[in-house]
Amino acid sequence: MIEIKDISFSYPDGDILKGVGFTAERGEVVGLLGNNGAGKSTLVTCLNRIRKPKSGSLTIDGKNAFQMTRNELARTVSYVAQKNELTHSTVFDCVLLGRKPYITWSVSQEDLDICTRIIERVGLLDFQMRYLDELSGGELQKVMLARALVAEPKLLLLDEPTSNLDPKNQYEMMALVQELAKEQGFTVITVIHDLNLALRFCDKFYFLKAGEGYSYGGIETVTAESLNDVYGIKARVLDIEGRKIVIME
Amino acid sequence: MKQTDLTAYNKYIRKKWIVLLVMVGLLFASAIASLSAGSANLSVLDILRTVFGGGNRQQNAIIWNVRMPRVVTATVVGMALALSGCVMQNVLRNPLASASTLGVSQGASFGAAVAIVYFGAGIQVNAGGATSALTVTNPAMVTLCAFLGGIATTAVILGLARFRGTSPATMVLAGVAISSMFTGGTALVQYFCDDVMVATVVYWTFGSLGRAGWTEIAIITALTFGAFVFFYYNRWNYNAMEGGTRTAKSLGVPVDRLIVLSMALCALISSVAVAFVGCISFIGLIAAHIMRRFVGNDYRFLIPCSALCGGVLLLLSDIVSRMLLSPTVLPIGALTSFLGAPLFLYLIIKGGKRK
Repeated sequence: MIEIKDISFSYPDGDILKGVGFTAERGEVVGLLGNNGAGKSTLVTCLNRIRKPKSGSLTIDGKNAFQMTRNELARTVSYVAQKNELTHSTVFDCVLLGRKPYITWSVSQEDLDICTRIIERVGLLDFQMRYLDELSGGELQKVMLARALVAEPKLLLLDEPTSNLDPKNQYEMMALVQELAKEQGFTVITVIHDLNLALRFCDKFYFLKAGEGYSYGGIETVTAESLNDVYGIKARVLDIEGRKIVIME
Repeated sequence: MKQTDLTAYNKYIRKKWIVLLVMVGLLFASAIASLSAGSANLSVLDILRTVFGGGNRQQNAIIWNVRMPRVVTATVVGMALALSGCVMQNVLRNPLASASTLGVSQGASFGAAVAIVYFGAGIQVNAGGATSALTVTNPAMVTLCAFLGGIATTAVILGLARFRGTSPATMVLAGVAISSMFTGGTALVQYFCDDVMVATVVYWTFGSLGRAGWTEIAIITALTFGAFVFFYYNRWNYNAMEGGTRTAKSLGVPVDRLIVLSMALCALISSVAVAFVGCISFIGLIAAHIMRRFVGNDYRFLIPCSALCGGVLLLLSDIVSRMLLSPTVLPIGALTSFLGAPLFLYLIIKGGKRK
């Protein structure tokens, strides 16, 4: 189980996060929702200590992640950034880098096996010796996902994983994340802007408003009222063929 | 797991090993060529016989007292400059970074000039005409002052990168400004000293591989080897840095500590190289770029290959400098700048885009 408690973060000119917290079970996908500047990406980067929060804790299966060594944390929490700098390397090399927290001196057979298995799982086996700059946006995002997954994490953090993808790739990406989370039993916390994509693939929804938690819960928390309060938009939440969708007015 | 998958990867890795072995071969070939280049006609066989202890008195004197120190200096200094360029480009996320483009060499050069002029660390020995040489009488003092000059520049560059988040282009511009400041400083040092000292410093700044003795060679070899061990130990960290600092941090890399230690070591080895042989530009910038074409951005291979490439480039430059207008030995610093500048322009035209 993932337990986030009282995370606060501030810059000299003001507070970004104020006592944020929630819990999630293994295999669940939690969508972080809110306007730009609400603190979603900051929260994600606080959880894997890219930024140091002022206060708060992250407990994973009863263990305080903030007291883990750097390598231990990297093995437990994986992260896919919103923007990825492309390096001149092959898909396999890029994915292998995700095993860095396990590699001491040289690459083991186990490292190679896990990489091949995950590359195959995300559907890129035929592309594994291609260079990253030869891939499409969708393929590239799958490579980044594979790199995060080879660390065999308990918590996967995604910062807008679908922001640069077309609708088909957005759908495929999120479906893959959801499927792998259930299959391998890790928790996903993802920053996501597309409300319908979130409704389709997230199990829980954490609304952030100006650095503070607004609400947290299942699909029932996504209502016209909550969307109006958090985003300041007028929208309707409809139930069509058993699925909720959001329509802006 | 499918057999073919690993076969493809193994084949890909084998190619990189072959490149590494080719570079080792090229280094040895360049060293032999450099040992055989000179006015005294020695065949490759004579050289090999002398190196392995079978030479006569004259051959021993030529090889061990004249040519071998020069060859070892070229190899180690080339390696030091290439290593520092390779690592600086990684940690500063800047394809144009190197000791010479960021002003580290110029800072070290200023420090060394101060040591020579004001602390009596060097004296000109008139060996006659074009072969007159400067002997560094106090290598420790020159090294210390060069290092202080180099590290001061590095601190400014690191400060800019860290607190102002400057772009690669701005960082190089800052390097140009710092270089200019230190070049001006060196000129002022020269202005206020006597003619002999001016000649000494000017001659020193041309760069010469012939001035380092075995003591200097031992110092720079030990430091370069130590730096290489540190860099190679961190090869996976440098690979992670290629994905950006956030990705690196998420993979467990102590990013801030890695940047500071790497830059300090880069400043140390490039400053010491400058202190002993003078300013040698472009080797540090181009060696890593050349090797990236063959081994990509995989620092498991890029670090050793860049070091070997730096050694080869400086050995070849030295051969050209000695043979082009023989018996006049052209200043190695001027020659590497002359040959390296077109490549630098090529990189600028390409937009300095990091792949």
